[in-house]
Amino acid sequence: MTREDISKAIISIINDILPEGDCSEVDPEKKLRDQLELDSMDFLDIVMELRKKYGIEVPEADYPQLATLNSCINYLEPRMKSI
Amino acid sequence: MLKNGERIVITGVGLAAPNGNSLPEFRDNLLNKRARIENITLRYVGEVHAGVCHFDPLKYQNKRDVRTGTRAGSIAIFCANDAFADAGLSVTDGNRSRTGVYVGITEHGNVETENEIFNISQFKYDVKYWNHYHNPRTVANNPAGEVTVNMGITGPHYCLGAACAAGNAGIIQGVQQLLLGEVDTALAGGVSESIHTFGIFASFKSQGALALHSDPNKASRPFDKDRTGIVVSEGGCIYVLERLSDAKRRGAKIYAEIAGYAMNSDGTHFVLPNPERQAECMQKAIISAGILPEDIDLVNTHATGTKAGDIQECEALRKVFGTASKFPYINNTKGFIGHAMGAAGTLELAGNLPAFADNLLHPCMNIDSIDPECEMPNILLETVNPRAGVKYILNNSFGMLGINSVLIVKKFAD
Repeated sequence: MTREDISKAIISIINDILPEGDCSEVDPEKKLRDQLELDSMDFLDIVMELRKKYGIEVPEADYPQLATLNSCINYLEPRMKSI
Repeated sequence: MLKNGERIVITGVGLAAPNGNSLPEFRDNLLNKRARIENITLRYVGEVHAGVCHFDPLKYQNKRDVRTGTRAGSIAIFCANDAFADAGLSVTDGNRSRTGVYVGITEHGNVETENEIFNISQFKYDVKYWNHYHNPRTVANNPAGEVTVNMGITGPHYCLGAACAAGNAGIIQGVQQLLLGEVDTALAGGVSESIHTFGIFASFKSQGALALHSDPNKASRPFDKDRTGIVVSEGGCIYVLERLSDAKRRGAKIYAEIAGYAMNSDGTHFVLPNPERQAECMQKAIISAGILPEDIDLVNTHATGTKAGDIQECEALRKVFGTASKFPYINNTKGFIGHAMGAAGTLELAGNLPAFADNLLHPCMNIDSIDPECEMPNILLETVNPRAGVKYILNNSFGMLGINSVLIVKKFAD
């Protein structure tokens, strides 16, 4: 997957988890939780969807790397580029 | 007037039924003989008849709450919010801790557990794919708890597991908590999400108790000689109950007064009903209301459309009313909407409540040829307008493990 594909994939997952709205307009450098109504349970759902859809394991120690859209893509790129 | 001299009244109704998402719509369909049963396809079981509700869950929830919660929770939230609005109430700092939520359920957790097992079956049963929401979804207080989270209610909440007697049990619990002074407002009733669990259907099928008909709207046919069993439905109905003094103080609209109630147990069998105990439960409720059997104008029967169950309830009715100077009118709601399980008693009561205002009694549905063993006086085949008026309605709800609940409501008169 390209960076663009990965970005689309993560946006799709977050949009399904969000209470309302669309996350594609968020500032990719700012924390998702500062821009969207996401709680800690929602982050568990994001991790679960990555596991189910792409077979990717995100250990708890790496959760901070999912803080912004860009940091998500940076973290996932090496894990998803061969998908 | 109930035991300690207090009077409890119904001041709000919120409901979700297969043939109506509000009391006026539901009532209109009952009076005009419009059933609504569909065919759905369930995992492992295939095509079955079911009563499906079509309310909009997003009326009171966001899409995350719908996704993370349960169908029973969504039904309860829809009904509770509509009931509060109907009563002219909103949750405020003045009432949030004095409001209790009491929701009857036949079962809870089957749907969510089946779904999770199916989910992990797609991943070779690896439990790391098991959803972290499984526990809050399946705790036995789930639908009532979802209501409190959604509405910001901080008074007590819990569910009453009472098989298919649960709707009445939820109402009775609300009444009792008001009588005890534990709360000032009770959101009380019952809900069911059972059409989403294949296990309920498969079990009824194995028991030979699942209805089958070429036309789904004719599948649920209590008292008819060609009945073949139960149509399982989802649904809910929650009432706002208040002490009369509170309701009057705020000038609330009053649908009806709780006249009496009773619950008992057969103490005999897991599944097979016991007409003697059913009759005893009705008699106890009539005594608690301080009236006589001939004072009852209408009995809404539990009759589910099974061969044995309908006959046994008729036997119980004959025991209670057979020697009375007047036999009540008899109707049934399941012919229209199927068996809404934990919501059955409470929805069925709602369908009859407007009789106190419009003086009409809705008919049974799908009795084309009455079973001779169910023959009784005054079984309603068409809507009637009784000359003597409608003052007392008795509502039967019975369930597995021999649990019986009877609620009597009366026309409110100051």
